[in-house]
Order: sequence, then structure tokens, then C-alpha cells
Amino acid sequence: MPANESKELPLRTDDDIVRMRQAVRSIAIETGLSLVDQTKLVTAASELGRNTRIYGGGGSVKIEKVDNGIRRGVRLTFEDHGTGIPNVELALKDGYTTGGGLGLGLGGSKRLCNEFEIDSRPGEGTRVMIARWKP
Amino acid sequence: MKASATTEAQESLRLSDILARHETELLSQWIDEQMSASTLRRDLMKESELREQSEQFLSLLRQATRSENLKDTTRPEWEGVREFLIDLSGSRAAQGFTPSETATFIFSLRAPLTELLQRADAPPASVRAATVLLDKLGLFTFEGYQKSREAVISRQQQEMLELSTPVVRLFEGIVALPLIGTLDSARTQVVMENLLERIVETGAEIAIIDITGVPTVDTLVAQHLLKAVAAARLMGADCIISGIRPQIAQTIIHLGVDLQNVTTKANLADALRLALQKLGLTVGRKSEK
Repeated sequence: MPANESKELPLRTDDDIVRMRQAVRSIAIETGLSLVDQTKLVTAASELGRNTRIYGGGGSVKIEKVDNGIRRGVRLTFEDHGTGIPNVELALKDGYTTGGGLGLGLGGSKRLCNEFEIDSRPGEGTRVMIARWKP
Repeated sequence: MKASATTEAQESLRLSDILARHETELLSQWIDEQMSASTLRRDLMKESELREQSEQFLSLLRQATRSENLKDTTRPEWEGVREFLIDLSGSRAAQGFTPSETATFIFSLRAPLTELLQRADAPPASVRAATVLLDKLGLFTFEGYQKSREAVISRQQQEMLELSTPVVRLFEGIVALPLIGTLDSARTQVVMENLLERIVETGAEIAIIDITGVPTVDTLVAQHLLKAVAAARLMGADCIISGIRPQIAQTIIHLGVDLQNVTTKANLADALRLALQKLGLTVGRKSEK
């Protein structure tokens, strides 16, 4: 996949999450991210992908190779049309969960990436964008 | 509906008559058709086998069409044809044929049969009935193929569930669970059950869970591991998690997962050494004399 091209994958089943992780890993390798950075990105993708599937009622992810002229990286955009997050600040707090998990997924993904943007509207859905750049 | 039932009966009789009268001719044309099709797999099947299957199918088709029912192939009189096609698509799927190659068996009969019916001055309704019938049977082979593939996949999944979760005894009182691959919910359940059962069976005091083969440790996997450790502890066994690679360690820290109450080691060898130590055992080189 050349730079600035993207691909979109569905996130509806557990198998979709496995396939998405594999796709993210292979693009991270192509982009030249180090093993640690690959692992961080794939782990963040796994967290957000699962959120999309479980809390968002399924959605999709866009995987992009990005190049800002100085650095190269990978950008992931998760999108669902679920119920949305009423209080994003609270959702980002460690240990806060509405689903019986550890409550670390959202905040953890933010710490695992260089860029993190979340846009959620109750009743409309959630969009999370993350990026990891090659140093 | 009486009129249409009578027509249908006539069509089916006509078809079975024509099949009976011209069976040899039709068979040879059909085989020619199959042999010249681009989907033919000479590498997977001998001509003699193909001939045998074609012959068998035509005779079953002739018997079924004698029943005066061409429309509903789910009726008992079509059972022979259905069973034959299920066997055929299952065996072809296993031999490595693609679905199209498999369905060509039926679809290649269409041209020779239509031609034959037209030459025998069969009314257009008859020809149409015959092609509709063949379409139905063709789709049926598709479905049969799909089902046999699904059966293979589900069997493999089952096998994987069992294969991928072996709990091995490393030493008296020490069991190890080398995990490989994705830890989704279904697998984790099996893994946990196996581990707890083996702890009871062997009376192990220490269980080592090795995650060298787990590519991604996210919060869900971490939660599963923490639960396994807690459950083992309730049963009186101490857990050691081994195989934490550097990149996984860094990721776990960023995620904020607390593994402080769990004993962890970088590799299985270190975990085994620690386990032996906890049991008061030492391993040493035999002193040379």
C-alpha cells in the first residue's frame, strides 16, 4: 500500500477484530515502525476496535499510511453509529467502565499513541482517530 | 390447478422418456461437454471416474423424473438425486475443486439436454421445466459444497480449541500452560477450564502461564489472565506468568494494567527456576570426580 492510501475494514464480529489487528500490524511493519511501536499501535487498535464492536454496536475502521513530509506513520479512524459516549472525560478516566472490563482501554489507547482524537455524540455515534508516527 | 398439474406430469413423463430413450447419446454428449469445459480438473479426477458419476446421475435423474414431479426437488422421490449430489459436492470439495468447478457438473448438462429435447420436438414448456430443474440442482450442489466446507471449518475450529490449550506437567507439583494465538472469549473459557482441571488432577502447587505465543496483550487479555490467576489461587495454586517480551511489558505499562500482585518472568526457564525454588528444590550440575 503506497503512502496516503487507505483501506477500510468492518468491525462487527470478534473475527473482524482479529483481522483488523493483523492488517494494522502488517501496515505498521510496512511503514517501518519499531517492534515496540507496532505492538503499541496494534494494542491500541485492539482496544478501540473492541469498543466499536461492543459499545458502538459494530462499525468500521479506516487504516491509513500517512506522511507529513517529515515523518511517516499510521493513522486509524474508528467509527460507529451507536449510542455515543455521554461523558467523554469520564470515559477516559482509568478504571471507569460501564461494561465490566478493566476500564483502561480508552485511556490506555490514548497513552499508547502520539495522536488521539475522540468525537462522540450521544445518539449519533463515536469517532476515534489515533496515529502513531515513526520517530 | 388441475390443468397445470397434468401438464407438469406430461412434461416430467416426456423428460423421463427422452432420458430413457437417449441415455447413451446424452451421456456421451454431456461427458464431451464436461471434458471440454475450462473448469475441468484432469489433475484431480480421472475420466473414468467422471464417466461413472455422470452415468449414475443420469440414471438417478431418470428415476426421479418418472415421479411426475419436476418442481419440488425436496420431495422423497428426489432423495436419490439429492443424496448423490451431496456426496459429489462433498467429495469434490475435499479433493480441492472450486465451487464453480463442482457446479459445472450439473450446469454442463444443460446444453446437451436442451438440444436433445428440442430435437425430440418437446414443447417449450418442457424445455423450460428441464432448465429450471437443472438450475435448481446446480444450486443444490453449490449449497452442498458450501455446507461440506463449513463442516470442515467448524471441525478445525473445534480441533484448534482442544489442540491449542494443552496443560503440561513440568515437574512434580508444577504445571505449565503455553498459550499460543488469539485469546478470545471462547478460547479463554476452554483454557481456564483446562488449567483448573489439571491443577486438581495433578495437585499442582504452581501453575505457569506462558504467553510467549500471544501476539497482543490488551486489557481484555490482561483481564482474562488476572481472572485465571485469581481462580488458580482460590484452588490453592500459585501462578507465574512467563513470556512477557519487552514490547509487551512496555505496552502493559502504558495501558495501565496492574500486574503487581502477579509473579511474572521474562521466559519459561526463569519461571521454572522460580517454581522449583518455591517448592524448595534445586537443580545443580552433577559434581565430577
